[in-house]
Amino acid sequence: MKARLFTLFLFCAGVLFAMHWNRPKSTMEVVEEPPVVERENFDKMMSVLTHRRCVNCHPNDGVPKQGEDSHPHNFGINGKQDSHGFAATNCASCHQAENNTYSGVPGAPEWSLAPSSMKWEGLSPIEIAESMMDPKRNGGRTPDEVMHHLTEHELVLWAWEPGVDAQGNPRETPPLSKEEYIRVVKAWFEQGAVIPAAE
Amino acid sequence: MKISFTINGQDQTVEVADPYTPLLWVVRDILDLKGTKFGCGKAACGACTLHVNGEAVRSCSYAVKFAEGAQVTTIEGLGTKENPHPVQQAWKDQVVPQCGYCQPGFMMATAALLEKIPNPTDEDIDQNIINVCRCGTYYRMRKAIHQAAELANNSTKE
Repeated sequence: MKARLFTLFLFCAGVLFAMHWNRPKSTMEVVEEPPVVERENFDKMMSVLTHRRCVNCHPNDGVPKQGEDSHPHNFGINGKQDSHGFAATNCASCHQAENNTYSGVPGAPEWSLAPSSMKWEGLSPIEIAESMMDPKRNGGRTPDEVMHHLTEHELVLWAWEPGVDAQGNPRETPPLSKEEYIRVVKAWFEQGAVIPAAE
Repeated sequence: MKISFTINGQDQTVEVADPYTPLLWVVRDILDLKGTKFGCGKAACGACTLHVNGEAVRSCSYAVKFAEGAQVTTIEGLGTKENPHPVQQAWKDQVVPQCGYCQPGFMMATAALLEKIPNPTDEDIDQNIINVCRCGTYYRMRKAIHQAAELANNSTKE
């Protein structure tokens, strides 16, 4: 009887050892890897946020960029001291609350550069997301406030109604439709706003 | 569409078919104030600069609908022959204009600058006065801007 019990014990121990040995190398790594759908939402959202319609006004040198080639803003305009430009010559000297089809000057409510803490130019999508979610760099916004900013602010959504340039050519819009962008941004936040690990 | 605003101290109501008509055309063609000039039509050269609520704006790129209820000032309202604005006086003293076409825009931009920065440095001038003068009167303009600041400051002290 004792020998049978000992044999059974050895068998169970062997089975448990085999199960442990054959399990994935690190359970933690698997758990931390975001689900595929979450990464898809992140990638789709960042395809918009890295587009020049967004990054042109998130410069890393205080100089707004313009055009499809993101050249420095004409006339030496910069927002190094004030994201609205200089004292007497500022964004509102030329940019109004709507696009101007006759002159080709773009416009939207609260037209301005992003504050210098929100410089995205030259950053990777992951770095932009980290900046965007960091209250020290995002203007003290909570994740919920960031989500509302990204999906509701008229200046952000201007990217889908960018008007025409000075030659009358329509400006390029981001790679997603506005509706799809809003959907994936909301989904990303609802799923925890997980920023993928750097590759 | 009717749009009402004050221009050079006088109330005006204009009727336009297109609310996006540039304020410049309303000022020149409807109100017959020809001092404000058309240059590029793309808010680049500054010949059309006037003031809306004290701020310098490019009127060629300013839809008139945004002027509803605003205080608009053109070069005609900046000063008078008898009592010129310090900028106009300095412009005369320094004999700034050559052909003169762009000068009203420069003077309006300068007047707005002096309201914000009463003693502008050369750097302030370079940053804020970005109009274009094809005659190249920039050197005399810089002298006139400094003189205008002095005149304005002296008149404030008196």
